[in-house]
Amino acid sequence: MADLKKAIVDPLWDQNPLTIQILGICSALAVTGKCMPAATMAAGVTLVTAFANLIISSGRNWIPPKVKIIIQLVVVAVLVIIADQILKAFVYDVSLTLSVFVGLIITNCIVLGRIAAFAVANPPVPSFFDGMSNGLGYGLVLMSVASFREIFGSGTWFGIKVMPEGYVLNGMVVLPSAAFFCIGALVWIQKSLTPKLVEKG
Amino acid sequence: MGEQISLTLRAMFPENMALAFLLGMCSFIACSKKIEQAHGLGLAVIFVLWICGVMNWMIQKFLLEPGPLNFGKDLTYLGFLCFIATIAATVQFLEMFIDKYSPSLYMSLGVFLPLISVNCAILGGNLFMVERDYDFVSSMNYNFSSGLGWYLAIVLLAGIRDKLRYSNVPDGLKGLGITYVITGLMAMCFMTFAGL
Repeated sequence: MADLKKAIVDPLWDQNPLTIQILGICSALAVTGKCMPAATMAAGVTLVTAFANLIISSGRNWIPPKVKIIIQLVVVAVLVIIADQILKAFVYDVSLTLSVFVGLIITNCIVLGRIAAFAVANPPVPSFFDGMSNGLGYGLVLMSVASFREIFGSGTWFGIKVMPEGYVLNGMVVLPSAAFFCIGALVWIQKSLTPKLVEKG
Repeated sequence: MGEQISLTLRAMFPENMALAFLLGMCSFIACSKKIEQAHGLGLAVIFVLWICGVMNWMIQKFLLEPGPLNFGKDLTYLGFLCFIATIAATVQFLEMFIDKYSPSLYMSLGVFLPLISVNCAILGGNLFMVERDYDFVSSMNYNFSSGLGWYLAIVLLAGIRDKLRYSNVPDGLKGLGITYVITGLMAMCFMTFAGL
């Protein structure tokens, strides 16, 4: 029971996939210009990671180690195809803005990283929650960066106008390089709040 | 010809895989601590991206899009599955091939070779190529130059991080934090090449 709680709580802060484990950075930086794609991406990654963990963990005792990576990739790819088709069917506009990044969930290191680090050695239920909460930890960072960039860069939040009239849009926050600064600053804040996370050397 | 040169320059600088599209970031950040490491990984990425680009272009054009080989059915929704399988298989094959014919190169690439199959720069490059509907020559050119751009970026970052060891970084920013900030600055530099 304690393990289950640890599996759920850790990835949100102490073991956050983006800021501490260095997993899944590519997509996080690329989709955070606006909130809507970021939220969609976070939901997609959460569900794919959770179910991929569940499936791999259920089959962990009979998947031959030699073809492990291929099988994992195939499972993830199938889940991503499902997610992609759902997005195309229901929120076509968002799927256009995400373009190749939905496909890139396959190579998102969070998914494969959690499979390799957790699902292959743990029973299905904790694995499912581990995947889910890693996805949520990822979503948390994603949403904070996206909110910051959308509010200051476009003056809107989820497309709703929040900044007063006369606010001059900050063009720099919508550039890709600003994503780096935002995440860098987040890492700094997080590590200052929790000193045990500071890296040595 | 001029079109191809401009495609090369665009893929290398303003549309740099790592710094503009932020692809392959995980290994970009994790493997840029030493220049030698970055160099080996970069070379492997150029090579794999190029080979997989050629193969996936053929798969897309001849097998997935409606045509005589699949009886006119549109199979493009299977793209992800086919591409990632091609990439994983290519990397596996390449690993065996290099191990057999050039053990010294195999030793120097080490653990990075298998890691490449989950490097998003590869899949990303291939997906961009499909999305923009490049012809054969353009896609070969595009894949090669974006690999080259990625190589350039990671070696530059490794060089900067090497120098950084002697500087005084605030505690909370050490390691990951400062690397993000440097990468952000590099991304800004690379963007100035836009319109070249």
